[in-house]
Amino acid sequence: MHDRLWTALARFGWTEERWRALPIWQRRAVKAGLVGLVAILVLAPLYGFDAGAYLGFLTIAAIYVPDWARFPYGRFVLPVAVLALCIAYPYYLGSMPKLPIFTELPTMTTAFTMTIFVMMALGLNIVVGYAGLLDLGYVAFYAIGAYTAAWLASPQADRYHWSFNLGGVGVPPGLGGIHVSIWLVLIAAAGLAALAGVIIGLPTLRLRGDYLAIVTLGFGEIVGVVATNGDCLLSGVVGHCVNITNGSQGINPIDPPGFGHWLHAHLGLPENFLSASNSLDLFYWAGIVLVLFVVYCSLRLRDSKLGRAWVAIREDETAAAAMGVPLMRTKTWAYAIGAFMGGIAGAFLKSEQGGAFNTDFAFSFSIFVLAMVILGGMGSIWGVILGGAFLAYLNIEGIANIGGWYNSTFNQNTDLTSYSYGIYGLILVLVMLFRPTGLVPSGRAKAEYELGVEDQPLMDARTA
Amino acid sequence: MASQASTAVPGLRALRRPSLTTPFALILIGGVVFWLIENLIKTPSDFYANFIFGATNGFLYALIAIGYSLVYGILELINFAHGDVFMLGSMMATTFVGSTVLGLTAGGSWYVLWPGIILALLITVAFCGTLNVTIERVAYRRLRNAPRLAPLITAIGMSFILQNVGLIWKGARPISTRSLLPQGSIFTIGGVGYTWSEFFVVLVTLPVLGLLVWLVQRTRQGKAMRATAQDREAAAMMGIDVDRTISFAFLLAGSLAGVAGVVFALYNTNTSYLTGFRTGLIAFTAAVVGGIGNLPGAVLGAMLIGLLEGFSDGLSWHALGSAWTEAVIFAILIIILVLRPEGLLGERTPEGG
Repeated sequence: MHDRLWTALARFGWTEERWRALPIWQRRAVKAGLVGLVAILVLAPLYGFDAGAYLGFLTIAAIYVPDWARFPYGRFVLPVAVLALCIAYPYYLGSMPKLPIFTELPTMTTAFTMTIFVMMALGLNIVVGYAGLLDLGYVAFYAIGAYTAAWLASPQADRYHWSFNLGGVGVPPGLGGIHVSIWLVLIAAAGLAALAGVIIGLPTLRLRGDYLAIVTLGFGEIVGVVATNGDCLLSGVVGHCVNITNGSQGINPIDPPGFGHWLHAHLGLPENFLSASNSLDLFYWAGIVLVLFVVYCSLRLRDSKLGRAWVAIREDETAAAAMGVPLMRTKTWAYAIGAFMGGIAGAFLKSEQGGAFNTDFAFSFSIFVLAMVILGGMGSIWGVILGGAFLAYLNIEGIANIGGWYNSTFNQNTDLTSYSYGIYGLILVLVMLFRPTGLVPSGRAKAEYELGVEDQPLMDARTA
Repeated sequence: MASQASTAVPGLRALRRPSLTTPFALILIGGVVFWLIENLIKTPSDFYANFIFGATNGFLYALIAIGYSLVYGILELINFAHGDVFMLGSMMATTFVGSTVLGLTAGGSWYVLWPGIILALLITVAFCGTLNVTIERVAYRRLRNAPRLAPLITAIGMSFILQNVGLIWKGARPISTRSLLPQGSIFTIGGVGYTWSEFFVVLVTLPVLGLLVWLVQRTRQGKAMRATAQDREAAAMMGIDVDRTISFAFLLAGSLAGVAGVVFALYNTNTSYLTGFRTGLIAFTAAVVGGIGNLPGAVLGAMLIGLLEGFSDGLSWHALGSAWTEAVIFAILIIILVLRPEGLLGERTPEGG
């Protein structure tokens, strides 16, 4: 397909070499023009574009086309522009046109959940993408984050007559239990999850790749069982039930996030996210801030000594060890940091949802997050953000939207959402078979893939 | 593979293992044995009932565990989709049992019932074998030289796809079928009857296992399989068609999963699209406990895990109960992998010696 296209173009004097010799902004302009042409010729007659659609396209093209790298601070333009678009999202969401096939853009609730999943995907990306350790039990860290939030910001502890309030917001007077400010809860959740990562990691990390995957899967499943049966632990030992998860009843209500009265009065920060008039926007922006924190950590870690050690282990464990990389310590750090991010995401998600239930922590969740990392491109931060946002959107409303479009267009009555996990499975298989580096390959993966140096002795390496 | 010479330097392995392991394992095993004996004394009928139940399940797990072992031995790939192939096999079997095409009714005469069951068995075996070979062809073969995690990830993807196929095919509710097998007891032990339907599992499994041993040890194709498992490149140089041999291993594994599917459907009289994942994981645990790649090990591991599942489900004295069985099994998996990754009978893979 690719070759044939170029032979056809070569007849008109456009060889691939000549195309590649053009400056990158000209190539991008041609690509953007082609996409725009297709959109206007094919989609506009079907959907009737309004001014907003053209404006949106022009905005994306204006960010995409110029060769920003040539300007001073140019490499910040794209991330900053995307960030600005994300932050401003609540303001222009209402005036956006419908998309083809996907119909609606994500609502604010979905957008918030997308930020949470992006965080989790970035956390898993550190374990799977950077260090190359396949973790099939990521749900464990989500669960630990979630139950930490559930304990530290709900009436749950009142069962044992522990009650105090440390900056908790939205607590009705007279309600017992521990109520800690969400920001402290996030720190605690991240710390506990990281600790769990170390505890799981220490005995298991000397196993080789696929055994490690199975052990993590086992831990994930055990956490699920504990979540289900956690309403009555140790009854044979201490004589009464020790209730840590409240079983299938779940722990609720979990306090909403907020900055509390004092900060509201002095700095103008929102007192209580849930009771604010722009509640959904606040959750979304807080999610963006947390994502920024996680992205910053990911970027800095990638280029740190630790990050390079992870890559070395991923590429060749034996060689890395021979070069003096401490295997256990480096791998355990990957686990701990990946878990750290999962813990934050889990705790914050639960404080928005207001309850932690045992059915939230199934094996399929781990696979879902893994699919995000694989789809985006293992080790590629921007790819993982894209993959996480896209799959989270698909899961919450995308598949339902597409199903609705499909049913109304072809006059069918299919419930597409019941196939969602089949779709994620298909994504895993197709990406692995046809684009193993993911949607947005990381620079290293791309180079390896194109040069073909992966797992080959040096003398066989093809030169580009 | 089954008849490969065992590792030549057992002393070295023993030396390498941390000395902490052995006392820990002894205490653990001692505790379990004590617990079993205590239960046998306190509630003998519970013990016998769960022994029979567990052993029957063990045979079933053996059929599936061997499938994992065969594939792991030859490709070093945990074929996550295997449990779901088994699930689709059990669904295929319920299709036959539920239909009257083969004349499968419980009250019918034996000369209608048994040929019908055998026909259902053959069709399901062919179906699962073909399915497994197709999966290998589509999802794994292209990735033969990719990094090792790549086929593992496609295997997980395939598992989810197959689960969805099951969901679309038979719906989300568990499907129950008529019970066709005679329910009477053959003999009773401690007041607990050993029924014909439980004997049916053994009746099917043992000949199938015998056939498998013959296939792997005596036939040309089996020899090719063992050679490929030892060293793929050397096998190719000796004129063995490696791709075909790997396909053959997948065919065998799939067929065994098909047998297990039919036996499961007839014995349990219900199945659901989620069965495959859970049963598959338990069977995989069994394969690891016995030593992955090692066929007798897979059977031994399956019996142990089956019994343990039965005891954990049903015993009353200081038992955790069925709600915790899954956690117990995974805990065993983790303990075995951490303390003795080569399994009870030793791993037989190119990498593990």
